[in-house]
Amino acid sequence: MVDLSTNLSGLILTNPIIAASGTFGFGKEFASFYDVNILGSFCTKGMTYLPRLGNPQPRIAECKAGMLNSIGLTNNGAEHIARHEFLEIKNYFKKPVIANVCGFTKEEYITNAKLADESPTVGLIELNVSCPNVKQGGIGFGTQTNILFDLVKAVKNAVKKPVYVKLTPNVTDIKPLALSCEDAGADGLCLINTLLGARIDIKTRKFILANKYGGYSGQGIFPVAVRMVNEAFNCVKIPIIGLGGISSAADTLEMMMAGARAVQIGTANIIDPFACKKIVEELPILCQKLGINKISEIIGIAK
Amino acid sequence: MKQALLKIKSTVPLTNDVFKTVLEGDVGTLKAGQFIDIKLKGFTLRRPISVCDFDDNSITIVYKTVGEGTLALSSLPKGKILDVLTELGNGYVITKIPKNAQVVLVGGGLGVPPLYGLAKNLKKQNINFDMVLGFNSDKEIILYNEFLNLGVNTVVTTADGSCGVKGFVTQADLKNKYVFACGPVPMLKAVYEVCADGQFSFETRMACGFGVCQGCTIQTTQGFLRVCADGPVFTKEQIVW
Repeated sequence: MVDLSTNLSGLILTNPIIAASGTFGFGKEFASFYDVNILGSFCTKGMTYLPRLGNPQPRIAECKAGMLNSIGLTNNGAEHIARHEFLEIKNYFKKPVIANVCGFTKEEYITNAKLADESPTVGLIELNVSCPNVKQGGIGFGTQTNILFDLVKAVKNAVKKPVYVKLTPNVTDIKPLALSCEDAGADGLCLINTLLGARIDIKTRKFILANKYGGYSGQGIFPVAVRMVNEAFNCVKIPIIGLGGISSAADTLEMMMAGARAVQIGTANIIDPFACKKIVEELPILCQKLGINKISEIIGIAK
Repeated sequence: MKQALLKIKSTVPLTNDVFKTVLEGDVGTLKAGQFIDIKLKGFTLRRPISVCDFDDNSITIVYKTVGEGTLALSSLPKGKILDVLTELGNGYVITKIPKNAQVVLVGGGLGVPPLYGLAKNLKKQNINFDMVLGFNSDKEIILYNEFLNLGVNTVVTTADGSCGVKGFVTQADLKNKYVFACGPVPMLKAVYEVCADGQFSFETRMACGFGVCQGCTIQTTQGFLRVCADGPVFTKEQIVW
């Protein structure tokens, strides 16, 4: 028997496979396809305080080895999610979930994080710092060390549950940002979020996304994610959840060897609704083949 | 939703760029107005395509080759096995038709195919209805004979007047009618303005097709609804333009 368990700041997952935020809803649809309790956990759709319809359509564009999205955090609002969606999860998922928390001001992040903190469904808070800071000219919270430090510290002071910061890769250097999170008391990091991209229809000469730019995800970003996880792993001591284009058990092991203690599966769920199930089933077989008895032993082992 | 491996039985062109493909296998339990989502080799996202006709072990789709994906689909050989998600979306709900309502099915261009399955179903249930099919020109007319063969009173309109009534589908009398409409948004809106009530089938760019990514979410009178999972068919009262 391969030991697939992994420890995220006291939250023990039976395996390192977590479905990524925005690709799994609140798990309800997937629960009708397969028993989602086989997952280590899943991240819920990002929540803002006010309900959001998101960006104008079209907000999906295909590209080679992936897709762009400019969905724009469509959600029913944090109060509604805490009172309805989080409670409903208990009907089909018996493990703690990871709540993805967004905000447009520091105060909003705190309010939303507290709602997640108070929910018995939630085991860990994932702070999505890719949102624009409306009070400071719309610049992303996750792109400047001082702003990020201030936000992480404030959220940490407001909640009891572990806080993992989901970093954006759209920065010159991830290392100082990772260190800022650690210094501010973050319990862990998740990386990478989507890479900013664009597609143009050469016939109509228009951007495909109504929003022009969107986040690139899927298999194409995997090598970038492996590199950035490793860079962060080499400069912080806090645990890292790796994500970005993972679509197989082999990708999972590669990401863990780069330094990830657990992984998230995102776009793969959208292409194949059974992607996570397949990876969970493949993982022990592949470990056995490679002589891995305890998966936590390979974290950051790449030389 | 059901994931199925379906075999291509046949693909035939209906016009220059519109194809009819029949898929065989364990297609699940379908309703008219639902759609399927097809995985194609070399493409990240699946192709969501409305179901034109179906029975217990086959699905007929009619689609336009608007991009590389649909072009690839149209050129796949007979016998090829495809990974398909079926039973997607809500479909038309016949039980919502009010008593004594005059029913009209209104299709525009590639909005015509999903109305075929509905027309067959209405016929089976002995519900009377008329059809209005709108196209840009006579070269783009599809499925007209199929509807005639069902014994349905079918009016064709063409924007350029090359066949049938010149103009749009709203040339037909839709006032006080209960409609089932599928077609481009301007057509849906025009039909919405004149009809008494009805069900409208929408199209958006989708990523997942089964309700998790929120890519296709729209504003409705009942809040944010997903075109893929809560639609693609919406009732008149649900629609916000």
